[in-house]
Amino acid sequence: MAYVSVKGGEKAITHAHQWLAEDRRGDPGVSELEVAQVREQLSLAVDRVMSEGSCYDRDLAALAVKQARGDLPEAIFLLRAYRTTLPRFGASLPVETEAMAVRRRVSAAFKDIPGGQVLGPTFDYTHRLLDFALAAEGGVVPEPAPQAEEPQAYPMPNIASVFRHEDLLEHDVRTDEAPEPYDLTRQPMKFPADRDQRLQALARGDEGFLLSLAYSSQRGWGSTHPLCGEIRMGEVAVEFVPDELGFAIEIGEITLTECTMLSGFAGSAERPPQYTRGYGLTFGHCERKAMSMAIVDRALRHREVGEQADAPVQDEEFVLYHSDNVEASGFVQHLKLPHYVDFQADLQLIRRLRKEHFERRAALKEAAE
Amino acid sequence: MPVDPVNNAAGNERRQWLSILAKAQPGEVSAAWDDLSNPPAYSALRAPETGLVLVRGRMGGAGDAFNVGEMTVTRAAVRLESGETGIGYVAGRDRRHAELAAAVDAMMQAPALRPAVEGAVVARLARAQAERRDTAARKAAATKVDFFTMVRTRGPQ
Repeated sequence: MAYVSVKGGEKAITHAHQWLAEDRRGDPGVSELEVAQVREQLSLAVDRVMSEGSCYDRDLAALAVKQARGDLPEAIFLLRAYRTTLPRFGASLPVETEAMAVRRRVSAAFKDIPGGQVLGPTFDYTHRLLDFALAAEGGVVPEPAPQAEEPQAYPMPNIASVFRHEDLLEHDVRTDEAPEPYDLTRQPMKFPADRDQRLQALARGDEGFLLSLAYSSQRGWGSTHPLCGEIRMGEVAVEFVPDELGFAIEIGEITLTECTMLSGFAGSAERPPQYTRGYGLTFGHCERKAMSMAIVDRALRHREVGEQADAPVQDEEFVLYHSDNVEASGFVQHLKLPHYVDFQADLQLIRRLRKEHFERRAALKEAAE
Repeated sequence: MPVDPVNNAAGNERRQWLSILAKAQPGEVSAAWDDLSNPPAYSALRAPETGLVLVRGRMGGAGDAFNVGEMTVTRAAVRLESGETGIGYVAGRDRRHAELAAAVDAMMQAPALRPAVEGAVVARLARAQAERRDTAARKAAATKVDFFTMVRTRGPQ
């Protein structure tokens, strides 16, 4: 069999990319978007790209958003690809979120949580009406936000530590000599998955996918009946032990969003009734994602509390294999690359099957007559 | 990863200034350095290099560790002409930030050079950070909900 042409298209591809660059720039009469503008003014897009790109770097994420023309999964892909070019110096000590310099912390479950309900910079309670003042040219710099006489005191106790003495809420387990946590960037997915593996996958998982799963759980498909114990957002220091020092130093501060969801647990023969907790943690300010992650984390812990698992959100293979939008988008979008040979083979097969079908029909008809 | 506790005061002090240098904005570090009247010459022991640190969190907030994602970090090591060495580990990809952090770290360890940078660089950067922290904490406090109870004056007793 002779080979058909499988080369070609270089020129078309080059021209397509030139057109892409032109379209990215848009109308040259409109001033060009600077990366710093993306970083400062589209900061939640930047946060999502860092979170799911699994790489904390505001400038790189802003550049990715610009290059991807605002297509966030594409930007996430760019950031994931870039991070593979860098060496890894090691792993940090676990960040201590209770010590966070909180800019926002609310508990929907417990009104009188110590430290108070601190709203921070939030879309909550806005009326979601388009603000045409933002569309006016020569916008004014908004007044700086008001400052209280007394600064917020830190560290701010979290919902788990507030109820620790009463044992009403499940305790976090801290094992002596705990093994190194599972690392999906170096180890393949394995099942059954432990919670460290699941949380890493969820932390880099697609916000839309996790949101829909969390929503499905709330609507009864594997419900965990969650209450929002706490959401907090702010800055935490990252500590790292450089080889040349042998002791931990702070290497910077990062913004994190953390969510704890509470689910009632009626108890079992071994465990008394208490609230169990689902946990969400993301880079940047990604509140919807952190809340969804916490609900999905709790749903995936069904084995620990002896819940029947029959909904998609409780199926860890289903959730973990499909939560990564770089993998998902790669597999779905590869379908637009040439599949000429597959199609050619299928065509031949279908032509033959049709021929046989009509021959059978004709034979039956003849026999009937 | 086993971590040696830093028991001596010198180690703790060094941790402090390395933390201040790392948390400073790159522009602030280079501005403070450029303001030094007589900055010492230094050479690179390790040229600035950008890489990743895998950030860990705790399951549930306080439990065993899990991997959240990576962050960019730049490190450098320098030797002053007078022989002292210093290191810099700073979040982000700013090479000058890492190199200057290392130079200041070296100077802070040299009794003769420390006075030149202790106030003019380290304390200056610490003040800027404390100010930022304080401003954010006051803005946060200003958004704290002040609950009040509606008093019922009618209805069933």
